[in-house]
Amino acid sequence: MRATHFCESCGKVQPPVPADYFTFFGLPRKLNLDVAVLERDFYELSRKLHPDLNARSESKEQEWSLQQSSLLNDAYRTLKDAVRRTQYLLRLEGVELEEQSKSATEQARASGELKKQIVPPDLLEEVFELNMQLEELRMQKKMGEDDPALLEEIGKQKMELEEKHEQLLQELQGHWKVWDNLVDREQRDQAVPASEHKQALDKMVDVLNRRNYIRNLVRDVSEALGN
Amino acid sequence: MSSDRIVGIDLGTTNSLVAFMQGESPVVIPGDDGLNLVPSVVALDADGQPVIGNSARRYLIETPERAVYSIKRLMGRGAEDIQEELKLFPFRLAEDLTAGEVLRIKLGEKTSTPPEISALILRQLKRNAERFFGGPVTKAVITVPAYFNDAQRQATKDAGRIAGLEVLRLVNEPTAASLAYGLDKKQNGIIAVYDLGGGTFDVSILKLHDGIFEVIATNGDTHLGGDDIDNLLITIALDDIQGDMGLDLRRNAEAVQAIRKAVIEGKIALSEQPSIKLDVELPGSKRYRREITREQFEQLIQPIIDRTVDPCKQALNDAGLKPAQIDEVVLVGGSTRIPKVRALVKALFQREPHTDLNPDEVVALGAAVQANILGGGSEATENMLLLDVTPLSLGIEVAGGVTDKIILRNSTIPASATQFYTTQVDGQANVAIHVLQGERELAKDCRSLARFDLRGIPPMAAGMARVEVKFLIDANGILHVSAREQRSGKESEIQVQPSYGLTDEQVEGMILDSFDNAEEDFRRRQVIEARNEVATILAALDKGKKSPAWGHLTTEEKKQIAKMEKALVAVNAEEDYTAIRKAIDALNQGTTRLAELMMDSAVSTALKGKTMDQADMGEGPTAPHPMAKAEFE
Repeated sequence: MRATHFCESCGKVQPPVPADYFTFFGLPRKLNLDVAVLERDFYELSRKLHPDLNARSESKEQEWSLQQSSLLNDAYRTLKDAVRRTQYLLRLEGVELEEQSKSATEQARASGELKKQIVPPDLLEEVFELNMQLEELRMQKKMGEDDPALLEEIGKQKMELEEKHEQLLQELQGHWKVWDNLVDREQRDQAVPASEHKQALDKMVDVLNRRNYIRNLVRDVSEALGN
Repeated sequence: MSSDRIVGIDLGTTNSLVAFMQGESPVVIPGDDGLNLVPSVVALDADGQPVIGNSARRYLIETPERAVYSIKRLMGRGAEDIQEELKLFPFRLAEDLTAGEVLRIKLGEKTSTPPEISALILRQLKRNAERFFGGPVTKAVITVPAYFNDAQRQATKDAGRIAGLEVLRLVNEPTAASLAYGLDKKQNGIIAVYDLGGGTFDVSILKLHDGIFEVIATNGDTHLGGDDIDNLLITIALDDIQGDMGLDLRRNAEAVQAIRKAVIEGKIALSEQPSIKLDVELPGSKRYRREITREQFEQLIQPIIDRTVDPCKQALNDAGLKPAQIDEVVLVGGSTRIPKVRALVKALFQREPHTDLNPDEVVALGAAVQANILGGGSEATENMLLLDVTPLSLGIEVAGGVTDKIILRNSTIPASATQFYTTQVDGQANVAIHVLQGERELAKDCRSLARFDLRGIPPMAAGMARVEVKFLIDANGILHVSAREQRSGKESEIQVQPSYGLTDEQVEGMILDSFDNAEEDFRRRQVIEARNEVATILAALDKGKKSPAWGHLTTEEKKQIAKMEKALVAVNAEEDYTAIRKAIDALNQGTTRLAELMMDSAVSTALKGKTMDQADMGEGPTAPHPMAKAEFE
């Protein structure tokens, strides 16, 4: 059921009720969703909730319209993007994600703490190699030298990492199926053991962490290459 | 009815306009001089009265210390971030400015904040609209550069309030332009708007879908525009003059303004001509002469216009689009008349840009469309809805001076984010939050918006309080913050210290007198206006009585005219606008035949049915309207 956003009979905007983004759109808490349908619903709701179309209403209704339409926009922005949608669901399910963002890095650097950074095991060797090469590149740059072979090698590694980054999105979508299946079973009133929940969520967390790690690596390489 | 009269205003760096939706299409409302563009120039006359627009322009050269232009560049900015501006523009800061105070500019013997100066321009536009409608105008949609930050937006809103206007919405200029373009072609697709104005550059990428104008990405530079080209040309001229004649005119404001006027005219002419000749009179009856070819001009401005490339690429990147996926490109802003700029846009987006609408007017026309939508819409705007975005990420300062982004740039607005704060020590009652805007990682590199002090947290053990702070960016792109302590459910008091900008109380104090008396003010001006008209028509009648045509009237006709003249003079002494208006119309009607007789027969046939004030009084068919509307200040 979609949360009630406006009066069914008079069409006026109603105050927002506390609801998660899935409920806001009347969607089950599933990860595979039709983005085109979501967009259609977003436009349809915008035409009713947007402050521009409620500019002549009473001030109370204008305030509701502002609240509702910000919620609508926040929900749409989160749900339409595969990664943000997954992160949001994980948070809804009580999982705290390991933030490996640049700001976390900067923060750690500024406070002198060691940033928690888990190198995905399957990447250990590659990362070690790449870091050596990046170090060499920085040294060369300092000396004003130029090694086309090294640049080419690093460029190739960067491309491979970008490819892996893409592949991980597909891997993530594989885990969506497991999760959605589980939600379906629950909707049919079948008991799903908590361990199954946890397993499905953990797998998605793992993919997102690996993906973040690679994203940061690509950024570091780009910085080192100077582009 | 007056409540439905919402106007759209383009408050530009160089020119400002006011427009209104007339029936199914937006129209620009001309000023009393009949011109659509009101130059964004404010001057003080010898009596200390403000003069705005075209009539203020001569003060730039005659008494430059009593005039100011391009004030938009200073809106929402602090003394420390306008050092570049001060080198290039003749802004004179008030000497008694204290740290943390909103900028004040010297204008003659007065000092004013940028919002107050902008308010004078807005008030002129308001008056032009009131003259057009014959009634008060109190509500407006005002456009701002898409890349304006929170402080610049707030300053614009303040200016509206000071001018006695309720600002129903701030609309981004490129988005407004797209509304004007989209009005008659309700097709779907992706459009890019390239807006290079007098002082600002914006690029926006929109998705059009059955009347919904959804901005996907925007980018820009709030300090890049035609002004920069002018300043470059002025610098070259000043260097030339110093080199050739040994004359340093940098401190000579009159001479600099004369050069500025000449290079602007030259720049504009170069869009049509292969070369121009500058010829400026200098002090000491010297002249500065120089020829500039279009080729030279294009070489000179290349570095300036190249600065628009990165924002365009960034916007495309943020939208996740390649140039080939853009269906149409729209040009906005006077600087897009420069052929080299058009060539650059064409190369960037790989297609011929649209130029069907006047680039100076399209933003105001779009603002009028948005005003119509807010007013409840009409057949022309049915189903039209604008979904705009915030141009800059919103962040809060966290440990180590780092920015934690809570609302990312290009998020559709209204947008919100919720953060939770707790206390560090037992019984802590306050929490300080520093809000920033910008894309940089470190707080010191972002724009400080405000410092919020959450107060009145109930006494609790450290870490027990849970203060929920909600950040909400409204449809104007302006931030609102509210806070609640969750355990007690108590609304926390927030004390806001805006980093740049006026407090509510300050704005209240600045509101121009006319605001409280909008109706009274308008009525009084109407009477003055009508009186001027009376003076003109009576003068025309005197002239008519002395012409040979007078002898051709019958005695009865002359008697009637005399009666109406007497009636007009009588009501003119009273304060009743309607009565004066009626008497003017009566006399105008009564003198129709006289006016006709005064023409020679050929012209008379052409002008049949014209009234006294419409008939030409002998200066030839192209002479200006003898009853030109009066100017008020």
